Formats: sequence, structure tokens, C-alpha cells
Amino acid sequence: MSVPLTLLGLLDREPSHGYDLKRDYDTYFVRGKPLPPGQVYSTLGRLARDGKVVAGESESGSGPDRRRYAITPTGRAEVESWLAEPVDSDPNLQTVLFVKVVLALMLGRDAEGYLDRQRASHLQRMRELTTLRRSSDPVDALLADHRLFHLEADLRWIDLTAARLTSLADLVAAS
Amino acid sequence: MSAADLPAVPTAKGPLLRARDLHRSFGSTPALRGAELSVDAGEIVAVMGPSGSGKSTLLHCLAGIFPPDRGEVWFDGGRLDRLSESRRTELRRTSFGFVFQFGQLVPELTVADNIALPLLFNRDDRKDAYRRADEWLTRLELDGLGGRRTGELSGGQAQRVAIARALVIHPRVLFADEPTGSLDSLTGERAMDLLTDLARAEGTTVVLVTHDARVAAYADREVMVRDGLVTSPYPVEGGR
Ligand SMILES: Nc1ncnc2c1ncn2[C@@H]1O[C@H](COP(=O)(O)OP(=O)(O)OP(=O)(O)O)[C@@H](O)[C@H]1O
Ligand SMILES: [Mg+2]
Repeated sequence: MSVPLTLLGLLDREPSHGYDLKRDYDTYFVRGKPLPPGQVYSTLGRLARDGKVVAGESESGSGPDRRRYAITPTGRAEVESWLAEPVDSDPNLQTVLFVKVVLALMLGRDAEGYLDRQRASHLQRMRELTTLRRSSDPVDALLADHRLFHLEADLRWIDLTAARLTSLADLVAAS
Repeated sequence: MSAADLPAVPTAKGPLLRARDLHRSFGSTPALRGAELSVDAGEIVAVMGPSGSGKSTLLHCLAGIFPPDRGEVWFDGGRLDRLSESRRTELRRTSFGFVFQFGQLVPELTVADNIALPLLFNRDDRKDAYRRADEWLTRLELDGLGGRRTGELSGGQAQRVAIARALVIHPRVLFADEPTGSLDSLTGERAMDLLTDLARAEGTTVVLVTHDARVAAYADREVMVRDGLVTSPYPVEGGR
């Protein structure tokens, strides 16, 4: 899953310090595998180099990096297109999609619309595989079936997530 | 009655079936709240969505089983919702086929009787009706079962009889509501293979209600029903 895009997404809420980003990242997006602080700062450095964030003046006080980072229009556009783009079905789908849904809810974006597009993209793939299965020899048909069952499992999870968006949104808003 | 007897509208071309701003409540429960759907001739459209979202109600309104409280249903250029109940019944008998999850066959009658029944209702010649029923037995891989009572069939066989019975009149539209809902994956798959192959061969338009994505994947496209509204991930001509 993409740490840079996730941090960028978190910055789309409001300008933040690295340690705020790390805290929110650890709270929402990883369970039991905190992001090393060094990775936060190196990622922010790269995002700044690429013009996706800007670093504010160093604030007085102690700590490794007291600077506040803000997203740029370039960064914001990148977050938007990333969120809106359906994810390919692979073993990482649920991780990536989960991050996107939570971020979309945090940013007040159309999480339901993103899920709809994801499910449409999955169904399109399922249609292609159904056609393929029906015109293939038994071996290829079995392989197509395997893919179909995986896509179906993804879709069930997508539907369940869509059904739980309201309670998820409450949770995200409450913190 | 044929579709040509319906009140004509100026636009000859356009969708075969169209729902506009459909509203329908049951007591204080709103089942449809402004549903829109447009289906072209020959298209197979899957209607998906959570339980209780209004899929079956939408299908029933489209098929003229009951009229909407408000809104319009257009079929082949005419207002279906404006027809009298008896003309709607006649239209269903001559132009629509139905496959539901359960309970559509007459268990005391034989397979051949069940398939011939819609033709006999339409006052077709008896011998001809049974000859045609026989053809459909073959098309649905039910050879040799014509004399069986449908109460004695497996679920998969019964569903194929139901498909034959729905298609025997050469309907313009086939309405299917969870046609594989009571079947296992393999049996459901075979039923869907046959249903879609035959519908495509006959040029029959299909409205397929299902919450099974594997079944929906047989369709040309899908729409989602949520809280009595139809949403589509694709741009719909003329807007939602
Ligand atoms: N005959 C009826 N009497 C009372 N309420 C009804 C009737 N038919 C449907 N409803 C209600 O209307 C709403 C929509 O029902 P509908 O059967 O259209 O949903 P559905 O999407 O087909 O659900 P499912 O996937 O469970 O079949 C539900 O709240 C349902 O309880
Ligand atoms: Mg239903």
C-alpha cells in the first residue's frame, strides 16, 4: 500500500506536523505495525521535492522536526485521482481500498461513489472472465473460475463496506 | 394484443423498456422513490442491490404486475402503466416471460404441460403447443423428462423448465428475479448459460434481478438499486 499517497491524503485535511501524520496513520491505516518516524520524514522530504507538499518555517521548540507541512494543488490533484481510480484486483486490494475509503470519509469526499466505481470495474472484469470461461477449454475455464471467485469475494467486501459507510464515517468524524 | 396496439408515441426509436421517476409504497414503506431505468431491445441488464432496496418492486412495475403510485413505464413506445389491468395481463401473457426463484410451476402437471401452458392460455393449437414445448425441452437439456411431474424434479431441472416456459411464447422481454437463488453454483451456472444463450439467440431483452455478482456477470451491464433509486456507474443517456 502507498505510504506517500496516504500521507498526502492526510495532509489534504489540513496542514500538519510529521508526528500528527504518523499518529493518524498508525491509528487508522495500520494495525500493530507503526510507521517508523524516519520513514515519515523521508517521505515528506520526497513529497516536498516533487512539489506535492510545502514545508513551513521551522517552529521553535524541541523534537526532530517542528515543521508543518501543507499540501499543494499538485498534491491535491494527485490525491483526488488516486482516490477515484479503481484498484486492480490483487491480494492488496482490501488494504488499499480500505485506506482510500477511510481517507475519502476524512476528506468529506464521495466514498460511496468511489466504491461504486470499484464495483463496476470488478464487474466489468467478471463479465470478461465469464465470456472467457464460456469459450475456453476446461483448464482455462478453471483458471477463469478461480479469478471469478476471488473477484466475487472482493465484491462482497466492497458491498459490506458500502453498507457500513455511515458508521465508518461516524467513527472517523468522532476522532 | 400485440405491442402495436399500445398507444403510440412519436419517437419510434429508443429504449424498449423505460421507467421514469417511479414511486411505489407499501403502506408507509417507500419501496421506490424516483427510480429510472432504460433498457434497449436485446440488452441483458442485471439489477443488483441490497436486500429490501426495491429490486423486485422495480421489476414488478416494469412488467406491469402492478402499476407504480407515480411515474411512467414505457414499453415499446407506449405507456404500460396507463393500461387497464386486463390489458396489462394480456400484454404479460403475450410479450413477457417470467422466471422467479420459487413456485412458478404447477407441481401436479407434467413438465410438457407446464411448458405448453402459456401457449394454451394464448389459445394456440394444442398439438402445436406440445410440439413446441418439446423443442424447448431439448433446448434446455430436459430430453426425456416431458412426462415427469414438475414436483418430482431437482431444483436445477425445475428452473430450466421455468426458463423454457418463460421463453416458449417468444417474449419481447424476459423478467427474471433471482433465477438461480435456490441453486448451487454449478447448477445455477448451467441455468444461466442456457438462459443467456437462448435469450441472445432469440433476441430477447432480459431484466435480471440478482444479488449474485457471478450471475450479474452474464449481463451486458448492471445497475444498482439503493433505497428505491437506481444508480448506474456509467453515464445514462438522458441523465438519471
Ligand atoms: N407486498 C408488499 N407488502 C409490503 N411491503 C412490501 C411488499 N413488497 C415489498 N415491500 C417492501 O418494499 C421494500 C422493497 O422490497 P423489494 O421486495 O422490492 O426489495 P428487493 O430489493 O427485491 O429485496 P430482496 O433482495 O430481499 O428480494 C422492502 O422494504 C419491502 O419490505
Ligand atoms: Mg426481491
